[in-house]
Amino acid sequence: MRREGSALAGAGTVMMKELGDNLSSTRMRLLELLVFLTGAGAVFATIGEVRDAVGEDPFVFLRIFTTAKGETLPSFAAFLGFLIPIVAIALGFDSVNSEFNGKTMSRILAQPIYRDALLFGKFMAGLTTLAVMLCALWIFVIGLAILMLGLPPGGEEVMRGLAFLIASIAYGGAWLALAMLFSVSFRSAATAALASLAVWLLFAFFWNMVVTVLTPVLAPVDPYNPMSVLHTVEVGQALSRLSPNTLFAETTLAFLNPGTRSLGLVLTSQMQGAISGPLPFSESVALVWPQVTGLLATVIGLFTVAYVMFQRQEVRA
Amino acid sequence: MSQPVIRTQALTKAYGSRLAVDKLDLTIEPGEVFGLLGPNGAGKTTTILMLLGLTEPTSGVADVAGFDPLRQPLEVKRRVGYMPDQVGFYDNLTGVENLRYTARLCGFTSKEADERIAKALARVRLTEAGQRAVAGYSRGMRQRLAIAEILMKGASIAILDEPTGGLDPQSTREFLELIRSLKKDGMTILLSSHMLELVQSVCDRVALFSQGKIGLMGRVEDLLRNVLGGSHIIRIEASGAGLEAALERVPGVTRVTRDGPVLRIEATGDIRGDIARAIVGAGGDLTMMDAGHASLDDVYARFFEGIPNAA
Repeated sequence: MRREGSALAGAGTVMMKELGDNLSSTRMRLLELLVFLTGAGAVFATIGEVRDAVGEDPFVFLRIFTTAKGETLPSFAAFLGFLIPIVAIALGFDSVNSEFNGKTMSRILAQPIYRDALLFGKFMAGLTTLAVMLCALWIFVIGLAILMLGLPPGGEEVMRGLAFLIASIAYGGAWLALAMLFSVSFRSAATAALASLAVWLLFAFFWNMVVTVLTPVLAPVDPYNPMSVLHTVEVGQALSRLSPNTLFAETTLAFLNPGTRSLGLVLTSQMQGAISGPLPFSESVALVWPQVTGLLATVIGLFTVAYVMFQRQEVRA
Repeated sequence: MSQPVIRTQALTKAYGSRLAVDKLDLTIEPGEVFGLLGPNGAGKTTTILMLLGLTEPTSGVADVAGFDPLRQPLEVKRRVGYMPDQVGFYDNLTGVENLRYTARLCGFTSKEADERIAKALARVRLTEAGQRAVAGYSRGMRQRLAIAEILMKGASIAILDEPTGGLDPQSTREFLELIRSLKKDGMTILLSSHMLELVQSVCDRVALFSQGKIGLMGRVEDLLRNVLGGSHIIRIEASGAGLEAALERVPGVTRVTRDGPVLRIEATGDIRGDIARAIVGAGGDLTMMDAGHASLDDVYARFFEGIPNAA
């Protein structure tokens, strides 16, 4: 049955309203503080080591993002891997169920808009907030680094940095879509938040263990067949790539470390005759294309599930 | 007679095997105040949601203001103002900001919206409170803000679901006054309620709902006459044996029922004298007598008598 009228009429209005709510909320102030501390912390912690590398590395600027301070402090990129999901979950976990709990849902849906507009507007508002925040953080870190190093970043460094920024927004989008999915499926905001955090914990801390346990079961090593070792490693890698965190980590690695030539297993025979040195930007992009596509597919897939569930939900509370 | 504004034909909604609304035929004329009455869970809200296109009917058709709510929900929702049961607003925004959001969803320019909002808030006496956050509003103020939203939208049909639920008597009276003034403006109003007295005073026509079906429909006076066979109810307290039989022989009495110590007599007219004589004649002592007009409550009680676990 065809419905008449645009499905997205009113989406812009919903988005602007939600964006206003997001940006003026106390939650946002806290997240901003977190972001500011992260950025400043990352730069101050790594700047000494980065300064020492000036003159040795043509991509010294990117080191700001990737240098880890010994065992204690992870690199800025790794830190974002933890932080972005938290921010995205904070923005999305109560977006739909709060309308039900505040009894505003049926009143808003009685206005001349479709449900599509409401969900889409809310998602876009969350994504925009996330993007604004990550852009601010990115500019803040780069600016601080310019001041402290006294060097401007080169053209390719800027390109790689931007690609990293876009990948981190896509990564945030996946977590935002997950949080919204839970906000559609659970009426209680606390349950939705806990469910989102449980998934985040699983991927951030426990996924490696899961992979370690599952791999030998799915692909046992046959001691008489050396190729089976290869197979086992490949299965393990495929499993670990189910996690958006792995996808993001591999993406940042390829973008921020131009020396990265492969994200999988490389045999010595394949390396024969290779000239060591950084890859051009376009080759790095080609290298992580599957990872970036995977992240985007996660966003679209999760949003679609949330969308279908929301369309089928009864409006009455 | 003009074209009806709301019409449903065999409208049905099933949740699994349970029929929430069962082959509903309803016609509402322009400018009418129509009451949907029935116990909770009788299918009133489901009917309303189907009229707004917020729930898909299992079968049957509806027509609201000349549009099909299923296929042209935006056109329907542009013309219909809806006040849900337990209406909610965004607590962190002011009354005006809440209405401004709705106005933008309706597609008004901001200048047009501000004019409409000011006018609507003045009408429901919320002009000053409109500048405060909704978090501090009382239940009655929220209800009035919901009416302001309907006025601001310029809706020609208002659908109010349990509009007086949880209101104190004073707010209820004010609210009914507001409904009457909307009717004067020519708005068609469909309201659902289980508060019968209230509905009796504002509705032109009512439909009694039970288990998804309309049991009775018509003007309040007609229902009183047809269902009760008379519009007088006399309550007495008397002692003595065999009083019921004696009372039933009194001309004009249509029915006698016992409710604890009280005998409830339905009659075609005010025949208190005859009743008193009958009791005394039967050797009983009359201790109390009270006469009143029959109300919808009586119709309702009679109607749902035969239906198990309806109320």
